[in-house]
Amino acid sequence: MATVDDYVARIEGTCGAESDVIVVFKYEKKDEAIANILKKATLKNTLAGIIFELTFKDASFRLYTNGKAIFRGVKNKQELNNLLASLLL
Amino acid sequence: MSLEATDLYEKSRERIAKFINAKQSNETIFVRGTTEAINLVAYSLGLNSFCKGDEVLVSLMEHHSNIVPWEIVAKLRGFTIKYAKVNHDGTLDYDDFESKLCSKTRIVCLSQVSNVTGVINDVKRIGKIAHDNGALMLVDGAQSVPHMKVDVQDLNIDFLAFSGHKMLGPTGIGVLYGKKEVLEKMPPFMGGGEMIKEVSINESKEQCSVSWNELPWKFEAGTPNIAGAIGLGEAVKYLEGLGMDNVLSHERDLTKYAVERMKECDKVTIYGPSNLSEKLGIIPFAVDGLSSHDVALFFDNYGIMMRSGFHCAQPLHEFFKLQSSARASFYIYNTQQEMDRFIEILKEIEQL
Repeated sequence: MATVDDYVARIEGTCGAESDVIVVFKYEKKDEAIANILKKATLKNTLAGIIFELTFKDASFRLYTNGKAIFRGVKNKQELNNLLASLLL
Repeated sequence: MSLEATDLYEKSRERIAKFINAKQSNETIFVRGTTEAINLVAYSLGLNSFCKGDEVLVSLMEHHSNIVPWEIVAKLRGFTIKYAKVNHDGTLDYDDFESKLCSKTRIVCLSQVSNVTGVINDVKRIGKIAHDNGALMLVDGAQSVPHMKVDVQDLNIDFLAFSGHKMLGPTGIGVLYGKKEVLEKMPPFMGGGEMIKEVSINESKEQCSVSWNELPWKFEAGTPNIAGAIGLGEAVKYLEGLGMDNVLSHERDLTKYAVERMKECDKVTIYGPSNLSEKLGIIPFAVDGLSSHDVALFFDNYGIMMRSGFHCAQPLHEFFKLQSSARASFYIYNTQQEMDRFIEILKEIEQL
């Protein structure tokens, strides 16, 4: 059974006063991860098919076609993990 | 082979010493980078010579590596750290700096170039005032040595710290320059092999006597980063071949061009001085409505790397009331065509 770890290579808190988190998807799984997310999240805006501004439940985030996503205002690791599980699996 | 490696290692030291115009090569100590260089001074000098009542003067624009080592040692020894302000354009508030320099000041620690704004500080002027007050002068040269001619004798500074990886050299290697007469009075920072002349145990008296090696080896405990030091020497050779005046001129041209073209972008705010002669090739900026991380990830998508966040300079961001900033920076390998591409993408970001 697939897990979040199958898709995610790295999670990093951003350096700055914002509580943003950058999720880097595994290179070989990034296309699948992006496809899964785009199926489940609501698209608010897109720019040249490279960047997708999305919302899902109460979260807002941007997804980049190079396999990175930036989540804003995530309270803790558990909340992010739950979010990623809902989006990816 | 070991002799050959040692020879190359020491020749690299000589080349680097000449590059910064040190009087002699034994004033040049190999360390892991700027951070270790400043820690070496903070621990060796601060831990052993400074005490309650003494003051260390730094500026609000310092990188954390020129703040935190002093704060750690200050807590151990009870001395005080004073912070000089910056002006609203990111330049140093010289009046505030000078007002905080007094007979209690033991050392002044200042970046020659800010890693956030690119502002160039007049370290020669500050160094003279520091010496007039009986204080030492440490210059963080991480952002200056790679980009401009730095002459330690002309500046008359006591310490200069810089890193290899910011000047085409390998990571994990850097330099602490120190005036011989100052270094000779300082005790070693770390103990181990190479930094000792003699370690002798008198079994009957249960005593161990240790004497230190000469400069620079007194401060180079353990097996050195030989490959790194040789690599840094080669990077210096390459930069010398280009000529540091040419390096500076190229970066200034790029900065001027980029700043002019960034003015075409309505949603972009540039931080730092408007007088570009006061700064080097670093442009911190923000795009309305976007975090610096969004901006950096957008550029990343196009293969353009830039830094976002505090840039290890949180006090400066707090002073400017910024949550973070995006930073474009240039070096000898960048071109005007790349600046055009940078602006094209910046204009795309504005549409988000």
